[in-house]
Amino acid sequence: MANRPLRIIVAKAGLDGHDRGAKVIARALRDAGMEVIYTGLFQTPEQIVQTAIQEDADGIGLSILSGAHMTLFPLVTEQLKAQGADDIVFFGGGTIPPDDTEALKKAGVREIFTPGAPLSEIIEFVQRECGKRREKVG
Amino acid sequence: MAKMIDRPSGLGAQPTPEFEEQKRTWEQASAAGKPRTGAGSGAVDRTISDVPLKTVYGPEDVAQLDLARDLAWPGQYPYTRGIHPNGYRDRLWTMRQFAGFGNAKQTNERYHFLLSQGQMGLSVAFDMPTLMGYDSDAAQARGEVGKCGVAIDSLADMEVLFDGIDMGAITTSMTINGPAAIALAQYVAAAEKKGISRKLLGGTVQADILKEYIAQKEWIFPPRPHMRIIVDMIEFCTNEMPKWNTISISGYHIREAGSTAAQELAFTLADGFAYVEACMKAGMDVDSFAPRLSYFFNSHIDFFEEIAKFRAARRIYARHMREKYGAKDPKSWQLRFHTQTAGCSATAQQPENNIVRVAFEAMAAALGGTQSLHTNSMDEVLALPTEKSVEIALRTQQVLAFETNVTNVVDPLGGSYYVEALTDEMERQAEAYFAQIEEYGGVVEAIEAGFFQKEIAEASYRYQRSIETKDRVIVGVNAFQKEENLAGIELLRITEEVERAQARSVQEVRAHRDQSAVAAKLARLQQACRDPKDNVMPHLIECVNAYCTEGEIVDSMVEVFGRYVERSVF
Repeated sequence: MANRPLRIIVAKAGLDGHDRGAKVIARALRDAGMEVIYTGLFQTPEQIVQTAIQEDADGIGLSILSGAHMTLFPLVTEQLKAQGADDIVFFGGGTIPPDDTEALKKAGVREIFTPGAPLSEIIEFVQRECGKRREKVG
Repeated sequence: MAKMIDRPSGLGAQPTPEFEEQKRTWEQASAAGKPRTGAGSGAVDRTISDVPLKTVYGPEDVAQLDLARDLAWPGQYPYTRGIHPNGYRDRLWTMRQFAGFGNAKQTNERYHFLLSQGQMGLSVAFDMPTLMGYDSDAAQARGEVGKCGVAIDSLADMEVLFDGIDMGAITTSMTINGPAAIALAQYVAAAEKKGISRKLLGGTVQADILKEYIAQKEWIFPPRPHMRIIVDMIEFCTNEMPKWNTISISGYHIREAGSTAAQELAFTLADGFAYVEACMKAGMDVDSFAPRLSYFFNSHIDFFEEIAKFRAARRIYARHMREKYGAKDPKSWQLRFHTQTAGCSATAQQPENNIVRVAFEAMAAALGGTQSLHTNSMDEVLALPTEKSVEIALRTQQVLAFETNVTNVVDPLGGSYYVEALTDEMERQAEAYFAQIEEYGGVVEAIEAGFFQKEIAEASYRYQRSIETKDRVIVGVNAFQKEENLAGIELLRITEEVERAQARSVQEVRAHRDQSAVAAKLARLQQACRDPKDNVMPHLIECVNAYCTEGEIVDSMVEVFGRYVERSVF
């Protein structure tokens, strides 16, 4: 199973319809050899975590550009903990001010990528962190 | 009568042997040149939209142009050179900054500030729950209230939003689509409560639902019932609100979603034509409604491509409206548009650089002949703008309008070999897209097939790749980076208390109203929704006046029309 490609959920939560970034990331991760499941728009944190568990995903990337990040990111981390699935690498991106990035990282979000982050950096992060998780969880 | 002297009908005058010789010399010199290498050198031969570019343009590139047919003079069909004979000499563009955050009271204060600083019109930004048809206390609204716009749940909020503002004198643009008809009903009701007749109201409500399915994704109902509501709205405004621009057909969001300039142009005009066809099919005379349609474009960072896009938009529109739809009134041929600088060109890195980008983009809009303009604030890539950064954005427009003198001559780039050739190329690419859309059976069918969504996703990925490879340089992002600590940068913050207070406020509204009137008005509205011959607008105004909330009205309509679910592609 070790050679099974990494499986990543790219998610959009809340009422935010800005899906350009999510789609570009989904495509870039797929082109880098990962299996990508894009949830589509308007998912609840509960639905996102359910999808990740059902799909046996290695990581969740959540994109929020509507300003609701301080509510929706923590709801996902809470759900992951509640479901005993907080080994899943949870990262995100969007229109997120620097101070909020720090707060979200403290709350269990592994990394936040803001506009302008190179795709190569995001791919490298996902491969590294999800790879580490594979070693641990198998 | 003496034989007329033969004169070329186009810009491409017959070259003399001397000129031909000069050209050959230039070609040799050019071929001997050494192209620069390094960052940003990979894309010198194409626009940001991948339109191939020559090193220089000359008469042969515009030889096909016919001066009378393709250019004419400003204020003349096909309006390539602008819709006004004197351009900005008679009237500058309207400086209209898009604003809204928190609750109606906070936003009302921002409006008073902007008006006191010389802004000429208002533009309302609503928050996500309002845009999607949910009240502030709905489960779907959690974390979103007041965040990227103002929360408007009922007429009560709309009254506060325009407190102390003369709605009979100011023009207002409301950027809302799914629930556009409800927002318009609230605006009419708020004005009439102040004793201002709907006949006096000027402005526009975006109400362009087709581009929601294509790009912005703020829909409620499926496309067909949504189209019916828009036709109802256009008909209502045509009969009752003579000064209102009924709908603002928007390419802005298509571009922000990652499209090319030609896609923005083609998809937007295709949407516009779809509304024209829907209204004509409903039995309206094209000249009764077309003069009040307006458009909204993006101004991106590729300076000349944008100017060409604006010029091409006017020409294509005029041709289709006159030739294809048989409009007789010149006002029906004239494409009037608002422009906003490209949010997607702004960077989170070294955000002050965005001031410069905005200035260039704003100048492209002015040289393209825009009727109104929003300049983005430098910090919008991080959060909603602060008052200071909004002021800089507005001042940028004022410097452009009053100091640079680009407003003194109409269409100053008309006749430029390059700009004319690029204008032609934009038109050609747009026509090719129209043919493709036609093959699907129309815009709605192409949406259902995911055509636009796929085209945009492709273009946006291609663009991103060109930044990754450094074929294109974005200053501060993939070149000229510096270590910076943005923590502590002053940003506008919307507190969670705003959400709690707004939720309480809509509950107050629901508690203090005539409940039997609410039930009766909503039932009557549903009846109108079921009867395609009825017009929903008067019933919406009745609902709004009974203080039905937006969420209640939308829920009643969803019972009849259903909710749209997208098939996602990436």
